[in-house]
Amino acid sequence: MEPLQLIPVPHTWLLALSATLLAIGTLGVLLRRNAITIFLSLEIMLNAGNLAFVAFALKLSAEPGGLAAAVAGQVFVFFVIGVAAAEAAVGLALFIALHRLKETIDVDRVNILRW
Amino acid sequence: MVTYVFLVAAGLAVVFSLVAIVHRSPIVNVLSLVLVFFALAAIFAIAGMDFLAAIQLIVYSGAILVLFLFVIMLLNIGWAERLGSGRPLQAFLGLVAATGLGAAVILAATRVVPDLGTVLPGAEKGTVFPIGRALLGSHLFAFEFISVLLVAAIVGAVYLARRDD
Amino acid sequence: MWADALVIGIKLAVGIAVLMTMVPIMVWVERRGSALIQDRLGPNRVGPMGLLQPVVDAVKLITKENLVPVGVNRFLYLLAPTVALLVAVSTFIAIPFGKGDGLSLFGYLVKGLIVAPDLNIGILYVLAIASLGVYSTVLAGWASNNKYSLLGGIRASAQTISYELAMTISVVGVLMTSSSLRLDDVVAHQEGAWLWVIPRWNVFPQLIGAITFMVAAFAETNRLPFDLPEAEAELVAGYHTEYSSMKFAAFFMSEYVHMTVSAALVTVLFFGGWELPYVGVIGSGWTAAMCSLAVFAFKVALILWFFVWVRWTLPRFRFDQLMAIGWKAMVPLSVLNFILVGVLIASGMI
Repeated sequence: MEPLQLIPVPHTWLLALSATLLAIGTLGVLLRRNAITIFLSLEIMLNAGNLAFVAFALKLSAEPGGLAAAVAGQVFVFFVIGVAAAEAAVGLALFIALHRLKETIDVDRVNILRW
Repeated sequence: MVTYVFLVAAGLAVVFSLVAIVHRSPIVNVLSLVLVFFALAAIFAIAGMDFLAAIQLIVYSGAILVLFLFVIMLLNIGWAERLGSGRPLQAFLGLVAATGLGAAVILAATRVVPDLGTVLPGAEKGTVFPIGRALLGSHLFAFEFISVLLVAAIVGAVYLARRDD
Repeated sequence: MWADALVIGIKLAVGIAVLMTMVPIMVWVERRGSALIQDRLGPNRVGPMGLLQPVVDAVKLITKENLVPVGVNRFLYLLAPTVALLVAVSTFIAIPFGKGDGLSLFGYLVKGLIVAPDLNIGILYVLAIASLGVYSTVLAGWASNNKYSLLGGIRASAQTISYELAMTISVVGVLMTSSSLRLDDVVAHQEGAWLWVIPRWNVFPQLIGAITFMVAAFAETNRLPFDLPEAEAELVAGYHTEYSSMKFAAFFMSEYVHMTVSAALVTVLFFGGWELPYVGVIGSGWTAAMCSLAVFAFKVALILWFFVWVRWTLPRFRFDQLMAIGWKAMVPLSVLNFILVGVLIASGMI
């Protein structure tokens, strides 16, 4: 391993953190009943994805001619954040409409499409 | 020294995301998520990507989570039940699935990329320049399209949440 | 590396001390200034010209009864003023107070009179930390278990997030002309003069941007004419109704610190920062640093007086008027400014 002052953070550690956050987010999505908390866990998963992009951008920047790929990684993170914002707005508006209709946000009780 | 900061930030991120999914009060969930995003912004900054760190703070912590907080207050959502209560089998299966997914991703990542990386060169005045050139150069279509997407999201959100009167 | 940390620590400590000292000074200026505008005497009994009045105010606030109302969420109730103060104080580290090239303190290099000299994303950092300030108002309103506080909190946070947008877009015009996010580069770009008469300050070509930024700064710091969230007549002091003694003092201090930081930002972005109009800086090394610091302090003082002046001159906006101005006037105007600056740059005039 190279001396630590040249490598602030090995990108495999970033990937490990990303995988951990992905697992925690999945846990939240599968186990929680409140729709807004499920949505929060989804945001954790999106951020785990962002972290993976950053990890790979970091790795690719070390290779010769890798600056374009590294910049593409950061630009993609920018877009993911923008899409997450759009999705949060629409999703929360849906929850507000749902609450107005059913007085609850519990996903177990929202089964009106069933027979 | 930077590695210690990274380890502290990573530890904070993991601990507070666990709090975010386990705690029963939705406001505590949102606030711990703010801390998670703060830790992630710190990690982005350590990796040399300070523009992304700033954007993460402005958009994610400063706007999206505030929206979550507003909706929680508007709908007056109370405390939830304990995690996995009433559904023990699903809770166990969910735990297994989540751990499996995390392990699979880590295995795939370590197998595919065995070598280490270095810091991103930020020799120009701030790392905003390459991103700006890419957004208005090679990724121009995506940039314009995301603005269309955001307008569609705004219109959709306003329409969905209005009262029928 | 430890030398760097020590130098940054000293700058940080001095900065925080100065910011905290601005609070009693601003209290005095506010009370005497409002008295001047309203044609009466202000506090003039405690000390010469009432100069000890803020000290007495501080003693009063500290010795007041520390009340925690029944039914509040204690953690959030105590978190809100902490966040308010933390956010207000953390924003100033990216703002340059003076020219600091080549200074050295006891042999260690002081990389400029700015606490974080190598921050490449200068202004974006300030905007990011300021956007975290919404949490203090909304949590204070929610945690107080009081419907007036909740209304005040929701109104304050809606106001803050609306005007954040106008503020950010007005800054983009400045960034386009200086081609850099760092505030020292923004100041360095504003030296010299056009036609030897008009100083090359950003306020002259970007007057619209300067006005929208000032208006947004008024709204972000909850100062009149945008202070409906704390209006005494409408909402019984809004989101800080249920706060007493030191917690109220924390909100109070954070408002004045925010005001000082906003005034410093306005000076740096639009009024040439620490540059004297036609001269630039006088001397070099520590004399230049002190001279530029004095110029900066003078400009910030003028803008702070403007804040006080506007407060006691204009009436308050109603909430729907406030939101209408934020979305329907400030945002389009700042976009107009941005387009105008683009046209000016493309035609080579800036």
